[in-house]
Amino acid sequence: MGLLTNEHFDSIGTAEPSIEVQISRREIQKYAAATEQQQAKYIQGDEAPPMFIFNLFSPISSLADMRADGLARGKATGPKLPLKRIMAGGTQINQHLPIRPGDRLTGTRKITDMYEKQGSTGPLIFTVRSLAIANAHGELVMEEIQTSIAR
Amino acid sequence: MSTDLEKELEQELEQELDLTQLTLGNELPLRQHTATNVSLFMYNAAVWNAHRIHYDETYTTEVEGHPAIVIDGPLQGDWLSQVALNWLGARGSVLNFSYTNRKASYLGEVLTSGGVISAIDLHKRSVELTLFIKNEAGEVVTPGTATVSFF
Repeated sequence: MGLLTNEHFDSIGTAEPSIEVQISRREIQKYAAATEQQQAKYIQGDEAPPMFIFNLFSPISSLADMRADGLARGKATGPKLPLKRIMAGGTQINQHLPIRPGDRLTGTRKITDMYEKQGSTGPLIFTVRSLAIANAHGELVMEEIQTSIAR
Repeated sequence: MSTDLEKELEQELEQELDLTQLTLGNELPLRQHTATNVSLFMYNAAVWNAHRIHYDETYTTEVEGHPAIVIDGPLQGDWLSQVALNWLGARGSVLNFSYTNRKASYLGEVLTSGGVISAIDLHKRSVELTLFIKNEAGEVVTPGTATVSFF
């Protein structure tokens, strides 16, 4: 234990640069096909399923910036973690407005917590990030709290 | 174009929902999910995720130490959200949902999503759902919750 340093804890609360995304019907349709959605509004791309936002507001990295594991180098906010194997931990989503084609959304992400636990195969580092998504009118569309686990 | 599910939902809409007909513990429909190399490729392309544990079996087993290709946690989160979305249909909206990836699932496993009604607020016309994804051993690999609001 004790893998996290003051540098890590100091990164809590620091917002990443906001990312703007224009929602496209075709991207919704692709997502709906891949996730076997059953409702016509998702299949036809009239509205995005809530989990469509997963990874939507992450920077697009060049091939040169990809690590050997396929994840982007330096993609996340804050100092590097001493553990490199990353797993999804869970997500909480609050949806205030539907997401539809043509929407111009701005996502702002920040680290809200970091902590360690001892897992069955060794130490684990949990990083909790919040994402606030607003539309072009400044209205809050969705909030996401996501936990990733490094092992 | 309407799916069979959409037609069913339209028929349900013709009858105004009487929330008093709902009972705590009522089960939502079960659905089976069988990921394939193709479906995982489509999902990870749609969410722009190049993590090799979702498509490179040699890397996944020999470098990251998993027994097989890993089914994305957020994909299971989407399947979980569909339990609530499909049950609710056009009768209301999902206000929030959350899930935790408790245990990894691997290519070849047949997963089952479902849920039960865990709370009913007649005044607010809202219902809380306890959701799950189970593996073939009956273990809950992804537990979750959702709050839905009826129109």
